[in-house]
Amino acid sequence: MDIERIFREESGRILASLIRLLGSFELAEEVMQEAFTAAVEQWPKEGIPANPRAWLVSTAQHKAVDLLRRRERFESKREELQKIAELEQQLAGTQENMLRGLNHDDPHDHDPFGDDRLRLIFTCCHPALALEAQVALTLRTLCGLSTDEIARGFLVPLPTMAQRLVRAKQKIRDARIPYQVPPEQQLGERLEAVMLVVYLVFNEGYSANSGDTAIRQELCAEAIRLGRLLCQLLPGQNEAQALLALMLLHDSRRSARVDAKGEPVLLEEQNRSLWNQEEIREGLELVESALRAGGAGPYALQAAIAAVHGRAAHAEKTDWRQIVALYEVLLRVQPSPVVELNHAAAVAMADGPAAGLRLIDDLEAKAQLREYYLLPAARGDLLRRLQRWERAADSYRRALSLVTNEVARGFLARRLAEVESRL
Amino acid sequence: MQYLLLIYGNEAQWDTKNEAERNTILQEYMQFTKSIVQSGHYRGGNELNVTSTATTVRVRDKKQVVTDGPFAETKEQLGGYYLIEAKDLDDVLGVAARIPTARWGSIEVRPIIPHDMPS
Repeated sequence: MDIERIFREESGRILASLIRLLGSFELAEEVMQEAFTAAVEQWPKEGIPANPRAWLVSTAQHKAVDLLRRRERFESKREELQKIAELEQQLAGTQENMLRGLNHDDPHDHDPFGDDRLRLIFTCCHPALALEAQVALTLRTLCGLSTDEIARGFLVPLPTMAQRLVRAKQKIRDARIPYQVPPEQQLGERLEAVMLVVYLVFNEGYSANSGDTAIRQELCAEAIRLGRLLCQLLPGQNEAQALLALMLLHDSRRSARVDAKGEPVLLEEQNRSLWNQEEIREGLELVESALRAGGAGPYALQAAIAAVHGRAAHAEKTDWRQIVALYEVLLRVQPSPVVELNHAAAVAMADGPAAGLRLIDDLEAKAQLREYYLLPAARGDLLRRLQRWERAADSYRRALSLVTNEVARGFLARRLAEVESRL
Repeated sequence: MQYLLLIYGNEAQWDTKNEAERNTILQEYMQFTKSIVQSGHYRGGNELNVTSTATTVRVRDKKQVVTDGPFAETKEQLGGYYLIEAKDLDDVLGVAARIPTARWGSIEVRPIIPHDMPS
């Protein structure tokens, strides 16, 4: 196993444990880096230790004691002295616990670090931090992505992203945002915030408009990894299961979503033999179990819609009636203009373009989506199917005036040319 | 760790309330204060008189400039505060959410930076 990969895969767990042991984000990050540096020097000579993670955690703890001692010599603060004493005591105890935990042969893959990561994700996704800071901090600490990678993934200049992370960590320290899993009565609400962050990371990776391909895939993979972690650490949370299902079902279409030229391919036109059947199978299982539990939430309903597509071997076999029905439930649970638009598109597939068009007219009257390019784009699509070329062209032109995403712009321009050629 | 909870509400709204409504709210505040004294969170707190009684002082070029009213005109005004001792942010947020004004106004939660008293 190469050292790079160990660092990448283990850094989230190691950092989470160190933050708990040291009680400081900054100190934990600093000594984790030092431990990695030590590993790069020692492992090639002495071989990779049997338990690299335990080695890295205890090395980092020793580095922390050294570091605090050095500082103490200059400052001799009472707090620092106390911290050192605590740490030394911990060092003796935790190593023992850790080894016991790791040697423990649990069939359920008992993970003594699991709780630390769960605590960390609730700290990173604390509502007292701005949403964008929550996303960045989660990727940096739990997923081990570099600041540069996160900046590229979200199309933000590197210094801006670096400052966002620094500010978030300062607030955690200064306002004392706790490092704990919230109590039962707050868990639901706080878990919602965590799931939103995970889903944002996934969507950023999945949407065609940002960053380079490699980073985008990395974001999707990390979001799925976080989704799995939530399911594993909080069993019985149906919405967490549903979120994982939703991400898997979308991700299964990744290879079919763009053609050889990098242009997006519509769902109906995708080559379904390229869909990842392994992900579909897992996604379907998860969504079915989440739905069986009853009281389906927004993620379960969206996953159920994705599952209907996942089950259809050909686009023509899609059960659009069921999709319409699911959107209607979703509209009750989580009403939004975007869901209304998707509902209208599904109605158009089930009952014909004219029926969909009527719903879109209603939506346009409400004006909430006036600046949203997908509304005229959807209208143009339905008018095109009704062969009302002139009006379809008008809608595509309107969509083109609103769209900011280059890939979508290319797609709309092609559709417009196609419609104009019929005039 | 200590936090200052700044209680913001709309003074104009308060003026529209009748005697009975005001009494109910005052009762709620009494009960709330009692509960945080008992839980050990309370370190201090006061209601402030309305902003029309406020005076702002600045010293510019060694000259004292006194003006009527608060520093800034806002939709919600500072109406009182609590000084709270809490374990961490979640702990103090739990306290802040129980302040009656949180239901119609807002509570700003600010960590206190400890400084030693000059001897």
